[in-house]
Amino acid sequence: MTDNIATELTPLDPAFVTTTRIATAIGLLPFVIGAGVLEVAQVTPPGSFIVPMLLFYVFVAFIVPARKYRHWGYDMSPDRLRIVRGYMFYRDTIVPFGRIQHIDVDQGPIDRRYGLATLTVHTAGNHNSKVALPGLANADALAMREAIRAAIRQDSL
Amino acid sequence: MSETVDAAEDLTPAVDGERLHISGLLVGFVSGLPQLVFPMVAAIFGVRKADNPVLIPIVIAVVLLFSLFFRWLAWLRFQYFVGEHDIRVEKGILNRTARSIPYARIQDVSIEQKPLARMMGLGEVKFETGGGDGDDAKLSFVTLAEANRLRTLIRSRKAGVVVAAPADAPAPVEEDAHPIFAMDGKRVFVFGLYSFSLVIFAVLGGLAQQFDFLLPFDFWDVKHWIGLAEERGVSVSQINGVGLFAQLILAFGAISSLIFIGFATGVVRTILREHGFRLDQTAKGFRRRRGLFTLTDVIMPTHRVQAAIVQTGPFRKRRGWHGLKFVSLAQDSKQEANYVAAPFATLDEVWRIAHAAAIAAPDGDERLQKGVATYWLTQLLFIAPVLLTAIAALVIFADAPIGRATLLLLLLLLSGALFWLDWRQYRFGLDDHQLYLRRGWWRQQMTIAPQVKVQSVEIAQGPLSRRLGLASLRFGIAGGTMEMIALPLATAVAIRDAVMEKVAAVDYSAIRS
Repeated sequence: MTDNIATELTPLDPAFVTTTRIATAIGLLPFVIGAGVLEVAQVTPPGSFIVPMLLFYVFVAFIVPARKYRHWGYDMSPDRLRIVRGYMFYRDTIVPFGRIQHIDVDQGPIDRRYGLATLTVHTAGNHNSKVALPGLANADALAMREAIRAAIRQDSL
Repeated sequence: MSETVDAAEDLTPAVDGERLHISGLLVGFVSGLPQLVFPMVAAIFGVRKADNPVLIPIVIAVVLLFSLFFRWLAWLRFQYFVGEHDIRVEKGILNRTARSIPYARIQDVSIEQKPLARMMGLGEVKFETGGGDGDDAKLSFVTLAEANRLRTLIRSRKAGVVVAAPADAPAPVEEDAHPIFAMDGKRVFVFGLYSFSLVIFAVLGGLAQQFDFLLPFDFWDVKHWIGLAEERGVSVSQINGVGLFAQLILAFGAISSLIFIGFATGVVRTILREHGFRLDQTAKGFRRRRGLFTLTDVIMPTHRVQAAIVQTGPFRKRRGWHGLKFVSLAQDSKQEANYVAAPFATLDEVWRIAHAAAIAAPDGDERLQKGVATYWLTQLLFIAPVLLTAIAALVIFADAPIGRATLLLLLLLLSGALFWLDWRQYRFGLDDHQLYLRRGWWRQQMTIAPQVKVQSVEIAQGPLSRRLGLASLRFGIAGGTMEMIALPLATAVAIRDAVMEKVAAVDYSAIRS
């Protein structure tokens, strides 16, 4: 079911895999260093901690981002934005343009290097008051923002 | 949204602003007295060493004067301006703050009269914009006439009509017609009976804990209480000796006094809050007035209503009593997020009020569907292994007799019963215009939301529900939440598509919150 939905969705920019890898690798680095310190201090039997830790690190920082990327997708129609994400925890969100209160385009330092941006739309609802779509090419994100803004203005006239 | 600009001298309009009523100073001073207790106690402790009893009244007077002086300064530096497009509040003794609230963003204006303010004919006006912090702007205190003038003015400015209302104009008489809903004394009393509450013991216990240093004995010392009883000629052995029948009578007396206190608390609290409850439908929206000592007067514009919640409990349902609340971006009060339109009413009355807010009653239960039972069954299957492990652990590690350990299985039975009740009560559904959701077997709650008010829709699946082909459907509602659970995925997609057709097709500019 999900797979044939996925075919009609626009995938994210492939650079999203790289940026997520870098972000996760940096984020988890303290744990690896901690495990390394334990290893050097020989508090635990040699390799008992560092080896599983490294395996986990490689899995989370290199394999998971690629899987994540495959399960993200979005669809811009003339009147609504649809965002699909997650495999284990699958979420399929639709926000009609008419309900969008304001729009953010964010770029972190890693994103900027790879020319990516995150588009966030805000609604007045308590559920999903903020819906974020990461991993867009910056130009695409800006174009989408303009398209949504134009649709909102047109509708309210 | 309101904007805060610090130290904005250039923002000051040429026109002179208006001041709060000077008697409000006194009201604020008196209601602020409890906060002064601690500084006073601290000051008294400070001068205790001086060993001069005359100092104490002087210290108290200084603290009081100090407080009064600063309140007066704050009053002097507080001004509000009723402008063409917005209301502006400028305040601050040293740090000046100028806040501007555009009329178009004001969700509701409420007037609250606490007992003291009420005696002096004053009221506190609050403007709610629905943005972020609840305390958007507050004028405490102005005369009741001024409060009503402000409210009428804001309403008419919002509607685009400029009315020059003189400051001394009498409060507008617009609600002489019959109220759409009102509760007489008898109704409030009956409501109180259904509001059984033992909260008084929690309050007393809390107070005893806070102030136990003031008590000459240890409040939590059971032996002390027994000793006290023995001084009066009652001893534990005596109670043991009076025989089973007398013991039963004593226990019965204790329990019935507890029950009496519970009902009495409920009645008193309800009367304090709901006395003189009256809901009017005015041109500007719903207007609700209630309260015995503290009067509140809140207007909720009809078009701001995002959804309705009809509530009932297991006992009151038998007599047909229900409550109605409206969901909106504005917050009703500190305790209540939603606007209480009718706390205790018959279903006929509830639907009549809901109809006035353009929300219709469901046209029969048959339109509503039950959730897929597998959803609850799998939850039960998750609990079972946990309990079995616990039983095994008890038998192996704690040497518990197997028979007694298996009593834990009663927990499984209990959660099974609860899940069954939840499943039996739960309903979801939609018709051409509205969404319906019923949940809760103890506090039963039916949420009704017009589809055009939906902000976003999300289909969610966890790892387990994905295997079962089930999904949850979450609707973004301004000021509230609505989540349908245990739907087959295909149903969820169908409902989502139907709702999205409605939302995208509608001209939202007319109903944007």
